[in-house]
Amino acid sequence: MSKVRVLVGTRKGAFILSADGKRENWQVSGPHFAGWEIYHLKGSPVDPNRIYCSQSSGWFGQIIQRSDDGGKTWFQPGTPPGETKTPDGMPKGESNKFKYDDSKETGAPLTTHQWYDGTQHPWEFKRVWHLEPSHTDPNLVYAGVEDAAIFRSTDGGQNWRELSGLRGHGTGPKWQPGAGGMCLHTIILDKINPNRIYIAISAAGAFRSDDAGKTWKPINQGLVSQFIPDPNAEVGHCVHHVAMHPSKPDTLFMQKHWDVMRSDNAGDRWHEVSGNLPTDFGFVIDVHAHEPETIYVAPIKSDSEHFVPDGKLRIYRSKSGGNEWEALTKGLPQSDCYVNILRDAMAVDSLDSCGVYFGTSGGQVYASSNAGDSWAPIVRDLPAVLSVEVQTLP
Amino acid sequence: MVRVVLPAHLRTLAHVNGEVTLELAVPPTLRSVLDELEARYPMLRGTIRDHDTLQRRAFLRFFACAEDLSHEPPDTLLPPEVAAGTEPFLIIGAIAGG
Repeated sequence: MSKVRVLVGTRKGAFILSADGKRENWQVSGPHFAGWEIYHLKGSPVDPNRIYCSQSSGWFGQIIQRSDDGGKTWFQPGTPPGETKTPDGMPKGESNKFKYDDSKETGAPLTTHQWYDGTQHPWEFKRVWHLEPSHTDPNLVYAGVEDAAIFRSTDGGQNWRELSGLRGHGTGPKWQPGAGGMCLHTIILDKINPNRIYIAISAAGAFRSDDAGKTWKPINQGLVSQFIPDPNAEVGHCVHHVAMHPSKPDTLFMQKHWDVMRSDNAGDRWHEVSGNLPTDFGFVIDVHAHEPETIYVAPIKSDSEHFVPDGKLRIYRSKSGGNEWEALTKGLPQSDCYVNILRDAMAVDSLDSCGVYFGTSGGQVYASSNAGDSWAPIVRDLPAVLSVEVQTLP
Repeated sequence: MVRVVLPAHLRTLAHVNGEVTLELAVPPTLRSVLDELEARYPMLRGTIRDHDTLQRRAFLRFFACAEDLSHEPPDTLLPPEVAAGTEPFLIIGAIAGG
């Protein structure tokens, strides 16, 4: 029978939740990296035992961890398992190093971006928000970071180099942080066209590369934000998350800081599909593993009240690609619930009966083994959940 | 021989218990002690000093012999007691945040 492995990043460590295909009885492993903020863990589609993890803290900065055995043991890439001392020539901990490339040969000038008060502020690395392993090579992995930039490793996370064409795009000085920082939180790799990459930044917007990350264009036309008077503004929208079904790479779904949006031309133009949602503010959005027009969101009351509306935890599903939404509530608390669900905290598995998973700021991780028709908590009392990913294992 | 006390999280990263002892071929300064520490434990690079600028990370402090050395220049000689190994060099994380 197939198995699933749910990778959960929280404010105080990582947890791995495992079950067989029935998804009823769960084993919980963790906390790994106890006490650290684990912004994201994600497994390689090529080698499911290869998992990358972003471990960070305000005190000690950024650590990249890797597992080659499905999360049982971890090491910093370049620091081989079990080796703690350095003979001559040992790798130098470069897996922790994210240096913006401002070299003349390959880089872009390290300019400034807008700060919260509208002044210009230098680019400063803070943490890795998102890791996206390649579909074809377990050693190739991308990292989205704060302050917004995209990095790539081709040696399993040992060394990281910036794809500076994004930060050097030219609109950089107009990018500004959202409340959570100026973060590159979404990276989508197109399986069908391997040169295409989508990314999204709070609060610059969405971008697309058609040449494997060398050059980028903003793809924000059609987005409307109250705080941006110019309807044709290239950048500045606070995109919270973007989702895509691998079989339809030109169709994108976006949860923005207000509005759920859709594009059918690879982001060149967007239109709103919020429809009958009780509120169109939120963070997560995801797509059913087998139904490219079935999408999920978790409406949040407002940008000043980051919790679900009416005290009810409701996931909304549209089977028509947006506009018509139904509330999914069976098994979810419908009173006195005031949790948030952050942008990377929802995922789907690829079992025949698609499983949907999400984690909350209250420390719960919920799972549905029937595409959202009903839910049950896997765990209730973790630290605040920052991210959820799922691996479907043979 | 220089004794170094690390914060708990960095001891975990470095897979050490208790103090770290370093043998330095040069007089112990802030810089030389941290250089040797990072050479011995490369997984600590970037966790105490910025990778590039080698500036102390904002929420860490350096102490020795009850003195805060955090704002001293990097080539400041550490006290003789630290050089002799009778007192440790302390790297301390701020008691702040959650």
